[in-house]
Amino acid sequence: MKIHVNGSEYSLNVPDNTSLLDALRVHLKLTGSKYGCGEGMCGSCKVLIDGHAMPSCITPVASVQNKEIITIEGLEKEGQLHPVQQAFLDEDAFQCAYCSSGMIISAVALKARNPKPTRQEIIDAMQGNVCRCCVYPRIMKAISKV
Amino acid sequence: MNEQITKLNRRDFIKISAFTGGGLVLGFNVLSSCSPERGDGVIHDLNAFVKIDTNGMVTLMNPNPEIGQGVKTSLPMLVAEELDVDWKDVKVEQAGLDTEKYKRQVAGGSGSVRESWESFREAGATARQLLINAAAAEWSVSPNTCYTERGMVVHKATGKKIGYGQLVEKAATMEVPTDVNIKPIQSFAIIGKRIPNVDNRAIVTGQYKYGIDTKREGMRYATLVRPPAFGQTLKSFDDAEAKKQPGVEQVIRIDNKIAVLGRSTWEVMQGAKKIQAEWEDGESMESTADYQRNFKEVLSRRPTETPQRKDGDVQRAFSGGAKVFEAMYEAPFLAHNTMEPMNFFAHVRPDGAELYGPIQTPEGTRTRVAKLLDMPEGKVTVMMTRMGGGFGRRLMSDFVEEAVLVSNAAGVPVNLIWSREDDMGGGYYRPMCTYQYKAAVDTDNKLIAWQHHSVGVTGNSARAGSFPAGAVPNLQVNAHEYKSPVTTAPWRGPIHNFIAFSEQSFIDEIAHAIAKDPVAFRLEVLEQAKQHPIGKVEYDPDRFAGVIKKVAEMAGWGTSKGANVYQGIAAQYSFNSYVAQVAELVKQDDGKLKIKKIYCAVDCGIVVNKSGAENVVEGGIIDGIGHAMYPELTLTKGKPDQVNFNTYHMIQMREVPEIEIQFIESDINPTGLGEPGLPPAGPAVANAAFAATGVRLRAQPFIKSGIFA
Repeated sequence: MKIHVNGSEYSLNVPDNTSLLDALRVHLKLTGSKYGCGEGMCGSCKVLIDGHAMPSCITPVASVQNKEIITIEGLEKEGQLHPVQQAFLDEDAFQCAYCSSGMIISAVALKARNPKPTRQEIIDAMQGNVCRCCVYPRIMKAISKV
Repeated sequence: MNEQITKLNRRDFIKISAFTGGGLVLGFNVLSSCSPERGDGVIHDLNAFVKIDTNGMVTLMNPNPEIGQGVKTSLPMLVAEELDVDWKDVKVEQAGLDTEKYKRQVAGGSGSVRESWESFREAGATARQLLINAAAAEWSVSPNTCYTERGMVVHKATGKKIGYGQLVEKAATMEVPTDVNIKPIQSFAIIGKRIPNVDNRAIVTGQYKYGIDTKREGMRYATLVRPPAFGQTLKSFDDAEAKKQPGVEQVIRIDNKIAVLGRSTWEVMQGAKKIQAEWEDGESMESTADYQRNFKEVLSRRPTETPQRKDGDVQRAFSGGAKVFEAMYEAPFLAHNTMEPMNFFAHVRPDGAELYGPIQTPEGTRTRVAKLLDMPEGKVTVMMTRMGGGFGRRLMSDFVEEAVLVSNAAGVPVNLIWSREDDMGGGYYRPMCTYQYKAAVDTDNKLIAWQHHSVGVTGNSARAGSFPAGAVPNLQVNAHEYKSPVTTAPWRGPIHNFIAFSEQSFIDEIAHAIAKDPVAFRLEVLEQAKQHPIGKVEYDPDRFAGVIKKVAEMAGWGTSKGANVYQGIAAQYSFNSYVAQVAELVKQDDGKLKIKKIYCAVDCGIVVNKSGAENVVEGGIIDGIGHAMYPELTLTKGKPDQVNFNTYHMIQMREVPEIEIQFIESDINPTGLGEPGLPPAGPAVANAAFAATGVRLRAQPFIKSGIFA
């Protein structure tokens, strides 16, 4: 099967129900998306599928064959970080940073559909992204200022 | 070729500017514009911490494991400060385990900065003195007539300057000075600043590699099928279906577990689900209710263990006390739930073993692995990766040992990965415990007796010196360890994470019962410790009182905060730092409580990295609230009832209150910070909840009380 990731087409020889996360991490060596819970509940594995932030761990790879997938590795354009990435940097919004790629992906999707979200809209959009180190205030600040 | 020309030009330029004394500003511009990635000179080691290349780029080694606490930034800051270089010219590398070069390569006990404060600065100062000596030799002047200025040595009398890059080759061959000066606090240029984490850029672009991301030639992914309940042993298993899973290559029994190896994480996890295993129950297959009942039974008897601390005579004080108070507090098991589940790369060969991954205790791990393989320690290498959280879980090395056994049995390098269910369901936990208190005040309402009697699953104990120990003439601490097959481990702020709740709630109970203001009562008890210290007083009563007064002032304690707004205070001394917090709750129209704001005052001595310090305290507060409020790990006949986030409630953004933190200005050596922010948060909320409702919370998680929104 073929999938489109970060503007490139890849051929994969894996069972249809292989998780998209596994395809990305193991077969495409894009390890920026993380395994956290395997059940789509923690947000660490989120990627953009046709612009929507989706948990890749519960997405069968065969279901995204005709869709555009963007991972954390694909947000930077010509050496220019996505404004959300830059805002996370500016706020030093990390501790262990394992959740960061999923957080950034969720925030990128939110900003694309709602450029000036309210505080409540940010909270609603980020529900499902767990930060065990609890860097939430800085993450909120980063998303708010983009 | 371009690189080469640029390099030569720059070196010439520095030489010229050094001789003429002019062009200094321009010279600095050249240096500052050099990004760490472009260091292309020859690198020389000045010591275990400092490498400088002939272009002046500085590489500082971070020996301690980075778990998100920020040491990969804060420890090199200590070296850079004394080395006297511009932070922009510094890059940081993670060192592997090397017990000859480094001491205490541990992430635990909030000890990294505390234990490195002097030695790391000395390492920087020694390298700096070497560079001064090299310049002085070059100029044939006395080193005493030279000083440094952000990456350059300057000759006082003539103003001659020379960059570190040009000196390093010579400096590396010179005798290492033994008596070096370190900077006075007033002249710090890096320590105390806001420095972002050094790995941030690689993190936001998804490039940073964690242990779980490790992939090597010939490596296999592996996962283990584990006993579903604590205390069970493997009787038999059928792997026929598992072997049909595409990608699964090997199934091997490893002691009481079954390893599934294959070409990808997902495939081995699918394979593991298809193993049909039969497990045999052990002798003790207790449920949460059994523990609760048995703990109370233990507490109903007189303590039999030797007291951990005994001042005066509590029994006599109770019989003569004007008022006696009693209360019992209960804590559930908690999982660590690092976002990155346990994993480790191991490659066991006949001639040695390579270990690579997330571990808080590389040295102890190496010892255990060497023993396991019956190999000299020198044959085992350990490299630490950045960790997706630790919280104490990665002080244990069980998962490293598993990876070693699997690699050894399968004869291939493996990356062993736990599923979330393995991670949450397989231990190790914050020990479940119950603490019983009894206290007395005299006719003047002075606290005269305090008794702590507790029972907890092995691994839990008391903190015998914890406040109010030292302030009370009659005090006794007894802790009973309850044997259980449930594996436990330190959990962020070990023991403090619960003893702060019980002690700070009980102090609050007494204050309310004798109609004293909770802040004033704490200050009064601290004054007792200052005026009439009893036995060993572990804390400094003035610094302790300092954070309490500070937070009271920040929160406007005792003033009206508006209708339906209630406050509670808690303070804890842990890991040599003092933290006081005031929680502000709002009672909604439906009578339910919502946490609105936490005020926090911290005295951790000198703050090394303002950004990192604020970040880790803020995270600690939210972590403290989250775990006091929401989750518990319960057992049914030894089997965990919660194994993933659908049933184990981790705090998320919607539940996070506003937070205001202030650090006490100090010139005292820095103390712990990774853990101390957490312990006071739960009791501050509980005490505010009492102020709002009159309901005294004596068990975690608080959400079960029904008083919160």
